[in-house]
Amino acid sequence: MEGKAGNFKVKLRKKPRYIREDKCTGCTVCTEYCPVQYPDEFNQDISNNKAIHIYYSQAIPLITYIDENCLYLKEEKCRICEAVCQNEAIDFNQSEEIMDINVGAVILAPGYEEFDPRLREDFGAGRYENVITSMDYERLTDSTGPYEGHVLRPSDLKPPQKIAWIQCVGSRQVNPEGGNSYCSSVCCTYTQKQVIITKEHNPEAECTVFHNDIRSYGKDFERFYQRAEELPDVRFFRSYVSVTGQDPVTKNIIVKYTTFDEGVKEEEFDLVVLSVGLNPPPNSEGLAQKFGLELNEHGFCKTNPANPVETNRPGFYVSGALQGPLDIPESVVTASSAGSQCGELLNYRRGDLSVERVYPPEKDVSAEEPRIGVFVCHCGANIGRIVDVPSTVDYALTLPDVVYAQEQLFSCATNCAEEITDMIKEKELNRVIVAACSPRTLEMLFRDTLREAGLNQYYYEMANIREHCSWVHPKQKEEADQKAKDILRMAVARARHLEPLEEIDLPVDKRALVVGGGVAGMTCALSIAEHGHHVYLVERDNELGGTARKVHETLEGLDVQAFLKDLIERAYRHPLVHVYTGAEITASAGYIGNFTTTIQSQRGPAEIKHGATVIATGADVYTPTEYLYGEDERVMTHLELEEKIAAGDEAITGAESVAMIQCVGCRNEDRNYCSRICCNESVKNALKLKENNPDMDVYILFRDMRTYGYNEDYYREAAGKGVTFIRYEPEQEPQVEPGKEEGREVLKITLPDYVLQKNMEINADFIALAAAVVPSAGTREVENQFKVGLNPDGFFKEAHVKLRPVEFAAEGVYLCGLAHYPKLISETVSQAYGAAGRVLTLLANDIVTASGAICEVNENKCVSCGACIDACAYGAIEFQETEAGVMAAVNPVLCKGDGLCNAVCPTGAIQLKHFTDEELLSQIDAAVPEKAAAESKGIAI
Amino acid sequence: MCSGRVDIAHLFRAFSNRMDGVFIGGCRLKECNYVTHGNYHALNLVQLSRRIMEHIGLNPDRLSIEFMSSGEGNLFARVVDEFVETIRSAGPIGVSEGINQETLSLNLKAVTKLIPYLRLVESERLRGHFETLDQFKAFYASEEFERLFKDLVADRLAIGQIITLLQEKPLSTGDLSEILGLSPSDISKHLNNTAKQGLVKYQEDEKRFALAGVE
Repeated sequence: MEGKAGNFKVKLRKKPRYIREDKCTGCTVCTEYCPVQYPDEFNQDISNNKAIHIYYSQAIPLITYIDENCLYLKEEKCRICEAVCQNEAIDFNQSEEIMDINVGAVILAPGYEEFDPRLREDFGAGRYENVITSMDYERLTDSTGPYEGHVLRPSDLKPPQKIAWIQCVGSRQVNPEGGNSYCSSVCCTYTQKQVIITKEHNPEAECTVFHNDIRSYGKDFERFYQRAEELPDVRFFRSYVSVTGQDPVTKNIIVKYTTFDEGVKEEEFDLVVLSVGLNPPPNSEGLAQKFGLELNEHGFCKTNPANPVETNRPGFYVSGALQGPLDIPESVVTASSAGSQCGELLNYRRGDLSVERVYPPEKDVSAEEPRIGVFVCHCGANIGRIVDVPSTVDYALTLPDVVYAQEQLFSCATNCAEEITDMIKEKELNRVIVAACSPRTLEMLFRDTLREAGLNQYYYEMANIREHCSWVHPKQKEEADQKAKDILRMAVARARHLEPLEEIDLPVDKRALVVGGGVAGMTCALSIAEHGHHVYLVERDNELGGTARKVHETLEGLDVQAFLKDLIERAYRHPLVHVYTGAEITASAGYIGNFTTTIQSQRGPAEIKHGATVIATGADVYTPTEYLYGEDERVMTHLELEEKIAAGDEAITGAESVAMIQCVGCRNEDRNYCSRICCNESVKNALKLKENNPDMDVYILFRDMRTYGYNEDYYREAAGKGVTFIRYEPEQEPQVEPGKEEGREVLKITLPDYVLQKNMEINADFIALAAAVVPSAGTREVENQFKVGLNPDGFFKEAHVKLRPVEFAAEGVYLCGLAHYPKLISETVSQAYGAAGRVLTLLANDIVTASGAICEVNENKCVSCGACIDACAYGAIEFQETEAGVMAAVNPVLCKGDGLCNAVCPTGAIQLKHFTDEELLSQIDAAVPEKAAAESKGIAI
Repeated sequence: MCSGRVDIAHLFRAFSNRMDGVFIGGCRLKECNYVTHGNYHALNLVQLSRRIMEHIGLNPDRLSIEFMSSGEGNLFARVVDEFVETIRSAGPIGVSEGINQETLSLNLKAVTKLIPYLRLVESERLRGHFETLDQFKAFYASEEFERLFKDLVADRLAIGQIITLLQEKPLSTGDLSEILGLSPSDISKHLNNTAKQGLVKYQEDEKRFALAGVE
């Protein structure tokens, strides 16, 4: 790689796949015939795979490759795959390719590697068969895994009844055995998921999780933990453990652990799962050297503490676990964030490489009688060897309105698709059915084929005779033959009723509104503005900055006030960022690409038109009612303590003893979530206090220390510097009262000591409460104004926790920062860029296209009952005045085509186009061949 | 199209066509890729429809719903195999339940007529709002649901059946009781109610009920 940001020259080596990518259709006949079996890496080497195979069932592209186990590649033998592939997709002449490409920016997303537990002696990994890793277990529970979702233990392939998980394997440890000092962040929750799945598979299973702290710090994680813990025969047990041996006969595993009341115990389990942590990806050092990147002390990429996607080399960005252990939502956020930052860098060249596709004009055939063309695909041998394709073609020609039918070897191959286009023109077809595979794989392609021929794409129908027929009935040839005809007959019945549908193009207003001027809002606004869009940044307070104004330093030592000052200056200076402070939103209306919001601010009233909206309204800190807060001024919150330390308050820095109490106002019935940042905040304050005065007695009273990720190192440092960590249970919360100790006025804290099994007393000069992060006061208003949702805890609810973490279900509205859930500043920055990335994918377009398959109301039938309005989760239907009175009307932009309204409409007035009752009922009726009504049948749509 | 688009009309059209079984596959509960969670709508629909099937003498196991992801081909194959086995052992619709084809047609016609009403009553009154399958099953097995079902569905269905029968020819309370398998007192109650609404009238001379307006 040579060059610099904006212009890199990259030499890539592409290994041969030995498959012509444009020919392979992913039919996997070759895999079936391949004689070479060897352990399948994707399934953790538990089951076997073939030398030619698809990597896994959702791989992209979903086509095969040949690996080094191939007999031909090793010994020039075999070549069976070549013989069985009917599409001539195998190419053993392929060789390594060197590609020269020119790019402006590089995103590194090599992922992570699991910790290898064989490095440790104490858990029996590699020694005992029935000790496996959590990734092994993950594959075992998967329906595409080694035993099709049946969990079988290695020694005897029997389902284990008694399973133990051991947490923190390879994480949170400092030892010479290759463990990592950091917390891997994801293992607590993935283990809980595995427990829940295990109990779903086998309700009788006994599950035991041996853990250290339970780190359910993510959004909705606390409830997830409770769900797992409350299952019958599930034990969460806090203890260090070791695997001491196995039963020589049963091969059961013996686990040793300690209890408070019964001392050391040994217990047998059928299977032990090691919850292994996350390591840097293999060869991260090589990668770093090649690109001139710095790594941190753990071997992950070193990134900017104020922007975890940015590396030390301009033009290089990190997405996902190369920046450290990350959960899926955070990974997805960093991906979007990296995209946005590349966009900022390369904005001056936006659109240079894009080409517009031009289709021929669409013919209006709506007045014509249906003329259906049927193309029956052999899919190589996939369909053809089970289903009699020629007789299916003959049968098609007997069906009503079918004027043309033919067979094809691979309908999806370029030449066959062209053939369809040609036949549409030649035979004047106005409906097309391809009887082939699942619409999930190829419907889009064939719709495009119709457009190429000047037909409306909604005149296309697919008959799935592969997944629904030949693949599932390989041993019932005759019945499969009949079923293929049934499926085709049903498809024809529906096709006769298909209607041309119009997709609506809506113009996109290129400006954005960002609600909230904290770190999240400002970062997001600046990134959008850097892409050349006007941004209106609206802040309720009289100044920008938000919660970060109260934070002085992060655990890693970032000077937050300097960072914030710079950010605020940039927001004010940027010519495209328009800041409104002291602002209140009075109303907002519209839809994706076209919103109008009115505000009242220090600058007077204003009406803002914008195409996208970002909600970054932040959060508040809980005002405690516990532990004498507000009654005794020696009791303060963690943020107040930080401010006093930063201000050099001598009463604090000179105190003999400071105690911190965690989880105040959260992880309880009122707020059933973890505030995520407080453990980090308290450790940070404790370290500062110790730095100023190493003799001070500092106590942290906690339930679970949740210093996830690298912050575990600071927890360890604090413990090393003499900060005393004492665990308490919510059933026996610490008691605080004013008192005297040797004449000194103190706050006396009483709490149980579980090790000594008696009460202990702490005398503190000051107490800092780790008060919960709570939804911001204006949340409800924002919820109503922008028609977005909240989760049960009152934080804004994203469209999908994992897949769409910074978007709302309401299109064109995005979220970031504390409004989404409590998070650290670095995480907020990442998410703000992530939201900007999603905003930009919208604003980069001149138009948005709404699908044609949406709902429509027949006013003659509507009785204005409103049932459809209640059923619509998108708010796409509302009452409208018409000449005939008030009727339900669908906003085509908001409708997503789920059709829930159809099923509740008493008169059938509302219909989902492309899936109308007429279309579906005709299909249901066609499922019965008149003569065969007496036979046993089921139907499939 | 979401599994929540499946309509009660689709289900009963299939049974009216003498399909022996109907299977609905939906996405996994609580894993909606959108925000609609329409599979819960489908689950409610199936539970109510099964109760109606039971009410008209059909084996409710002829209707089934299962939830799975697109990656779970094996699970799909397994549940379909199980369903096919269930339907095989249940035998042809109506025959194995011991209902004659005429009664079956009558009952399905009555249900079909009631569909616009059922759509409303399902979404307004009978829909359970729960999270887990077990909670749904408990609700649909509860006395509360039975009471609602009787008040909102069963009685109306009986009236529908009576009117369908009377469309053919006038019948006596005894005839109706025999055909529908309901007690004479229940039949009388329904006849009185429908007579009050002016839908049926009593033909004194024949001692039979007939549709109002039909001579």
